Amino acid sequence: MTGVAIAGAAECDLGKTGRTILELQTQAVTRALDDAGLTLADVDGIATNGISRFSATQLADWLGLQPSWCDSTFAGGAVFEMYVARAAQAIAAGQCRTVVISYASDQRSARSRRLHAVYDEGTPEAEHEAPYRPMYPISYYAMVAQRYLHEHGLTRADLAGVAVAARERARRNPAAWTYGLGPLTADEVLAAPMISSPLGRLDCCLVTDGGGAIVMTSLDRARDLPKKPVEVLGYGEALTHTGMATAPDLLRTGAIDSGRRAFERAGLVPADVDVVQLYDSFTISVPLGLEALGFADPGAGLGATVPHNTGGGGLAYCHPGQLGVLLLVEAVRQLRGVCGDRQVPGARTALAHGTGGIFSSHATVILGVDR
Amino acid sequence: MRLQHCLGCGTCQHPLRPICVTCGRHRPDEVPAAGTGVVDSFTVVNRTGEPFVLARVRLTEGPIVLTHLTGIPDPRCDQPVRLVEGSDPPVFTGRKDTGSDDGL
Ligand SMILES: [Zn+2]
Repeated sequence: MTGVAIAGAAECDLGKTGRTILELQTQAVTRALDDAGLTLADVDGIATNGISRFSATQLADWLGLQPSWCDSTFAGGAVFEMYVARAAQAIAAGQCRTVVISYASDQRSARSRRLHAVYDEGTPEAEHEAPYRPMYPISYYAMVAQRYLHEHGLTRADLAGVAVAARERARRNPAAWTYGLGPLTADEVLAAPMISSPLGRLDCCLVTDGGGAIVMTSLDRARDLPKKPVEVLGYGEALTHTGMATAPDLLRTGAIDSGRRAFERAGLVPADVDVVQLYDSFTISVPLGLEALGFADPGAGLGATVPHNTGGGGLAYCHPGQLGVLLLVEAVRQLRGVCGDRQVPGARTALAHGTGGIFSSHATVILGVDR
Repeated sequence: MRLQHCLGCGTCQHPLRPICVTCGRHRPDEVPAAGTGVVDSFTVVNRTGEPFVLARVRLTEGPIVLTHLTGIPDPRCDQPVRLVEGSDPPVFTGRKDTGSDDGL
């Protein structure tokens, strides 16, 4: 228990919007504040990235804010779960009272998605990786997948089931990019063009515009606001590597430590969790992540039964470059019980797990309905 | 291919750094790699141009390096490989498993 809650959550427009990052950010922030029953005048803390070199000050200027707290840590798609931890601490310490965590991308409209790495001069990667021309990040996930299939005696067809299941869930989420596309078959996944073996195009997350925001404040204050508060019960994180050759074991990701730290802080165990929102950048991320977080034994993640990625996830709902904030939005909605056809009945505890880079950074947040 | 061997703790590391990241000792000794290892994992990359095999090779000395595999039509994890003499950047090819890597 942290005594801090999420009081509001919203998406901006998703898909192919034709809007700029700052227009989408404005939608995300104002919609989340509306959802919380608050206004921009209440905001004294912001956390964001992906706008410009100084993203937090940029957003503050754009929205006419002069916050007393900000965070713009840059650690890939896991960072929004990290912002939740930082914001909970800042609110508990009295540095600020109302924090908005937001993100938006126009990458589909702007056609700005790159498939290769950007190497900073003077880094070991510029010297020892660049000459080998990996695709980034997919070639790393591909090597993880290859090792995973090898160690557990599985095939590409087994992994394809992850993409099929994601599409099935997205068919119950009208906001999903693939909502109207009908079911996906394993044969279609296997027949899609190979990108970096064993991962083909349909093993990869979408490339869309989109984003969202959440509003955090003290649990006490959130109880006076219109929506049922969702309490931050625990959080944890782990950084492991930036180079493709650093990790001694491809299958032992930072999610193991990140998840364990979050569960310890919350005083809970995996069996207490009703619904999981897991960063599914690629099909392999799902079984490996569910295993690392304690929802399945090693090698058994494809058979995990805990409800997860209920909105369709990055594979079938939306992937605006960094998915982390939308994992939190869906977790909050599940705990409010407003997810319609895709609602997990009676969900009281949710886990959101973000991953950044090439399994480089991990952050886990455990949320619960106010008891 | 150059590695570092630390006299303080016996660890080998790659890439070269001012300190041993296992024990913190300054300026570990630079040593040549034996040039043998096993494939930790690999991926066939289909970018523009000819597909190529990107791989993580676990060197006999312990460190893992990113590289390409060449002359291996059907690569597999855990297969023994050796450095291609004179290749730049260094790439690896198949070798017979002598069992000499066991336990290292
Ligand atoms: Zn040492």
